[in-house]
Amino acid sequence: MPFWACVAGTLMIACERRNTAMPEHFGYGRPATEKEIAAKAIAIHPDGKGLPAGSGTVQDGALIYAAKCAACHGATGVEGPYNILVAPDTIDAPPFDQAPKRVKAIGNYWPYATTIFDYVRRAMPFNAPGSLSDNEVYSITAWLLHANKLIDANAVINAKTLPAVVMPARKYYVTDNRKGGEGPYE
Amino acid sequence: MSQKMTRRRLLLGGAATAAVVLVKSSFGKMVQTGIPEAAIDPTKQVGPLPGVLGTRSPFEHPQRKPSLTSSQTPLQDLYGMITPSDLHFERHHAGVPAIDPNSYELMIHGMVDRPTVFSLADLKRFPSVSRICFIECSGNFRKPDKENVTPQDICGLTSQSEWTGVMLSTLFREVGINPKATWFLAEGSDAAVMTRSIPVSKGWEDAMIVYAQNGEAIRPQQGYPARLLLPGWEGNTSVKWIRRIELSDGPFMTREETSKYTEPVKDGKIRQFSFTMDARSIITYPAYPAQLQKGWVEIRGLAWSGRGKVQKVEISTDAGKTWNAARLQEPVLDKAHTYFRYLWQWNGDTAAIMSRAIDETGYVQPVLQELIAARGIGTGYHLNPVTAWLIKRDGQVVYSPEKWK
Repeated sequence: MPFWACVAGTLMIACERRNTAMPEHFGYGRPATEKEIAAKAIAIHPDGKGLPAGSGTVQDGALIYAAKCAACHGATGVEGPYNILVAPDTIDAPPFDQAPKRVKAIGNYWPYATTIFDYVRRAMPFNAPGSLSDNEVYSITAWLLHANKLIDANAVINAKTLPAVVMPARKYYVTDNRKGGEGPYE
Repeated sequence: MSQKMTRRRLLLGGAATAAVVLVKSSFGKMVQTGIPEAAIDPTKQVGPLPGVLGTRSPFEHPQRKPSLTSSQTPLQDLYGMITPSDLHFERHHAGVPAIDPNSYELMIHGMVDRPTVFSLADLKRFPSVSRICFIECSGNFRKPDKENVTPQDICGLTSQSEWTGVMLSTLFREVGINPKATWFLAEGSDAAVMTRSIPVSKGWEDAMIVYAQNGEAIRPQQGYPARLLLPGWEGNTSVKWIRRIELSDGPFMTREETSKYTEPVKDGKIRQFSFTMDARSIITYPAYPAQLQKGWVEIRGLAWSGRGKVQKVEISTDAGKTWNAARLQEPVLDKAHTYFRYLWQWNGDTAAIMSRAIDETGYVQPVLQELIAARGIGTGYHLNPVTAWLIKRDGQVVYSPEKWK
């Protein structure tokens, strides 16, 4: 191979490398500000991280629930027509895997109380999502927990008390064990 | 069905029009005109001239089947591996949001070195990748209890597209992921502000932020202007209209990954984070409401697996007693609908035909009783049983309902 071809080839390989290698950063996008992160990061962690200031009571929750939730979920949370919210855990209930018709609701199926606050605040009421104040969400959460026999009628729900509510279903949760392959079906 | 066909035939040649196109009048002006359903002799009449958008033939009417929360793809009306974009199944939790692409933003923050906001234009500047894969809802089995159900009714919550976008790993590198981050939250900008927690490992493996579907911008129903795409995983995790990704050291336990998209399994347990879609197949022809004639029949259908490629599809024409390999249509892709065919001679006797998929992990698609035996009758999501079609002596093809016990 003539010398010039060798040089040209080496140069081409070098150019190729420079043109196709992924840079460490492209530099696209703009930095997110603390303020916009605080405004948008609304998710609540199961340990309560992310819960806002404020609080709610079962009594206030009853009034808000009747006005803004009962039309879809029923006067006491069991009538529907949409998702049934109230089903206290009972010792004599058949296990879910043997009872296809057993109602799954907050009291017997939800593993974390924090999920109620997170979901109600982001998605409810269905016809006006995101319209409730933090205190209203705390109060509705308190009413739902009480209706599911998880807290007393005089309990106050806030960033400290909500993650401490013991949810009976939590002990039943297991992580996916399916792996594919020729083994037994899971 | 036959009555409907007759009425349609009666309309042919009449004034009925199914599509409107623009054509140039004799004065050179663009005017709208309809495509007639059929000319008496198409060789004796000039047809509509080129137009700005194509249309389906006025003789073809594939339609999704909508409910309040979802719409199903008409699998029995399709011939290949790609689902036409306007027939892609839908499942949303608070309707389809209207999002202006010019104000769209995706924020990635949490356990990252550089919390960053990307515009749609930013996302499109990154190196792009296209891949063909299915998206299937994990609730894609409706326990049908009657004969007159179609493939669309049984498992129409699966569809396939070519998706184009940026690898999530590219964005992860861009923002610098804290090595201690193990999960991320994906949040949509629909009215449910829907969220799921996803292991970071899936983000490095093959997750994408996609903005194009079958060569054009994603349809609003599929997440316009951008969505998460997690190949092979239950559809709910491919969060549409994605607006925010928050890196964290654990799952957030959102409503959709606790009270929904979890399934009761043996001993009263509740199985969570069941991400991968197991291998499945369905015969889409002959299936209800097809009418068979004696003689050669090409059995056709789709097979797929969330764990990799479909290795084999087997067909039984004797109610599951014996099985033979079907031909797979190339290309057979990773985590993708694969079209299969099997030539068979129907002699006019009653027959039960069925298909089963075997994926590259060696997993064999189970029958319903095997799933119930493994999980209990109260189980729910991730049901992928073998589906049987019954051919009656008169050639009528119906679903063969199975007892849920």
